[in-house]
Amino acid sequence: MKIIGKLLLALALLALATGAMAGTLEKVQQSGELVLGVSEGVAGFSAPDSNGKWAGFDVDMGHAVAAAVLKNADAIKFVPLASKQKIVAVSSGQVDLSRGTTWTMKRDCKQGVDFTVVLFYDGQGLMVKKSLGVTKATELDGASVAVVSGTTSELNVADFARANNIKLETVVFESKKEAFNAYVAGRTDAFTTDVSQLASLRAGAANPGEHIILPETFSKEPLSPFVRHGDQQWKDLVTWVLFGLIEAEEKGITQANVLDMKAKSQDPAVQRLLGATGDVGSFVGLDNDWLVRAIQAVGNYGEMYDRSFGPKTALNIPRGHNNLWTKGGLIYAMPIR
Amino acid sequence: MQAFRLKEQLVPILTQTLVVGAILYVALLLFQNTQANLEARNIASGFGFLSVESGMPINDSLLAYAPADTYGRAFLVGIVNTLFVSALSIVLATALGVLVGVARVSANWLVARLAAVYVELFRNIPLLLTLFFCYSTLLAFLPAPRQSLSPLAGVFINNRGVFAPRPHWLDGMGWVVLALGLAAIGAVLLARRSKRLRDETGRGLPAGWISLGLIAGLPTLAYFLAGRPIDFDVPTLHGFNFKGGMVLRPEFTALLTGLVLYTAAFIGENVRSGIQSVDKGQLDAAKALGLRPGSIMRKVILPQTLRVCIPATTNDYTSLVKNSSLAVAIGYPDMVSIGGTIIGQNDQAIEVIGLWMAVYLTINLVLSLGMNWCNAKVRLVER
Repeated sequence: MKIIGKLLLALALLALATGAMAGTLEKVQQSGELVLGVSEGVAGFSAPDSNGKWAGFDVDMGHAVAAAVLKNADAIKFVPLASKQKIVAVSSGQVDLSRGTTWTMKRDCKQGVDFTVVLFYDGQGLMVKKSLGVTKATELDGASVAVVSGTTSELNVADFARANNIKLETVVFESKKEAFNAYVAGRTDAFTTDVSQLASLRAGAANPGEHIILPETFSKEPLSPFVRHGDQQWKDLVTWVLFGLIEAEEKGITQANVLDMKAKSQDPAVQRLLGATGDVGSFVGLDNDWLVRAIQAVGNYGEMYDRSFGPKTALNIPRGHNNLWTKGGLIYAMPIR
Repeated sequence: MQAFRLKEQLVPILTQTLVVGAILYVALLLFQNTQANLEARNIASGFGFLSVESGMPINDSLLAYAPADTYGRAFLVGIVNTLFVSALSIVLATALGVLVGVARVSANWLVARLAAVYVELFRNIPLLLTLFFCYSTLLAFLPAPRQSLSPLAGVFINNRGVFAPRPHWLDGMGWVVLALGLAAIGAVLLARRSKRLRDETGRGLPAGWISLGLIAGLPTLAYFLAGRPIDFDVPTLHGFNFKGGMVLRPEFTALLTGLVLYTAAFIGENVRSGIQSVDKGQLDAAKALGLRPGSIMRKVILPQTLRVCIPATTNDYTSLVKNSSLAVAIGYPDMVSIGGTIIGQNDQAIEVIGLWMAVYLTINLVLSLGMNWCNAKVRLVER
């Protein structure tokens, strides 16, 4: 049961030595593997593929960090964590890095974790059956909604109802699958979670065509990988590996041409990025090929996105906010220099 | 001699004090360590969050509750829901369990076999699967709101629940309540009188029937005399669903059904073993006295089974209370479900887990205490 998992986490926190923890970078390099917190299976983000290998956007993020730090993109130990567990798992040091989750003030300031870079701008939305004839969320007055517990979904949907003066009956489930099944079985009129996950579940439904995702989103869900609070070196490292992947897309560096670009590019920014000149790798305690390895492992940000969410995937989520700032999106890397 | 005995007692007392002291010391260390760890990681701790507005919706509550209420209130709603579903399940599971236990030892081959199949089926399937089965069966068989079944006027059954008219008390309802109270007192007096008559003369009054007449008749009479002081709020289909009236949601129904079916299988076995523990001579003696089979079971056998049943059934009751936490799986807002939401919004897992443990511990200790008291009452008294 999940309750037992939570208890174990709490116990882990109880049993920790009071002394300061060793640096995560040192720990990862010594053990030779990165402990990555993933979901319990959300298609597109992190889920085991048909061969039982973890795949998805967050998994690629982990591969990039492992490649930069350990020179081996596959040196990862995957720890599936329920929504409720992920924060404590990171703050207690059980995992070194966690899949993206919503960056909120309380989590950042009061929950013992630090966020790195927003890799996916998400928002909570509603899915209904086409046959219901609803086109806007505000038309759902009096409807019932299936919600998954363990996140802020209940709070957001209640706030939305209060703000728009409509009544929504929520039925809260522990697991996403049960909530979605109840919605499909007709127990509720609608189903709510983050839009990316709605798309993920719809792709796996018996008849994807019968469900529509309503246009409104009623929360900001900036999903950012996060690390333990108080380990500045490790936080910097993860942050700049991720910025590097974004910068690579902006500069047109891809998985295929990265070595070529390193050898031939005349752009000083590209030269610094790929370690042809300068020593930015040492800023985060790594060698100068850190980003070359990361890009060789997973490609640039855009390639990572397309592999998990692009038009060729079942999810097919348009880039939208997740496009580069130069193309009207919000994805923006701080200058690497 | 006295001094020697004191010395003999002193050593165990000292060692025991030492052991208790050591345990307390370790507990204190753990507590301080946790506090220091939480502080070092800048993690919020303490129970201050209980007085903060929760913002979370709860669809099934026995108490008045709105998202603007506090986390403390929300958690209380969860506790009440847990208590309610547990208490109702205990009553129903006991009733069903006794029936099953009696059926298990029935002379009727078919009845005994059916009871055996029931027990083996539910005892050997994980409760979680039983719950999923109950819930998905309910959802699969019940129609959508627009195609509701309506077995009685004003009652609607669909996959959102069973909707029934909610009675509103108007002025004059006090008389009906008064009549009901009087009828109840009358029934108690009557039962005493009947018992005394039976002890003295061997023939009692038909107290059961007279009491039933009193309890049904007096309030009904008062109801009409007071001018029918009940108004009904009838549910009506409005938009997506029915509005008004009372509702029994499928989550609650499925949880109750699952818990009752599962626990009754265990209680049935307790009752069976209890019945089989009663000496056969008791049965023969009762037959020789000319009691009818029903009376033998009710007045001779079952009272004697309690000695064997109660300790085992106490375990089943406490398991039931703990099992009610599986409600989270099928969407019933029990204490664990609501606590889980609080953790999701707040991430103060340690505090909420502590509250869960404290509440379950309290419920089950009180339950055990009550059952131990019952056990002491039915113990064989040596004369």
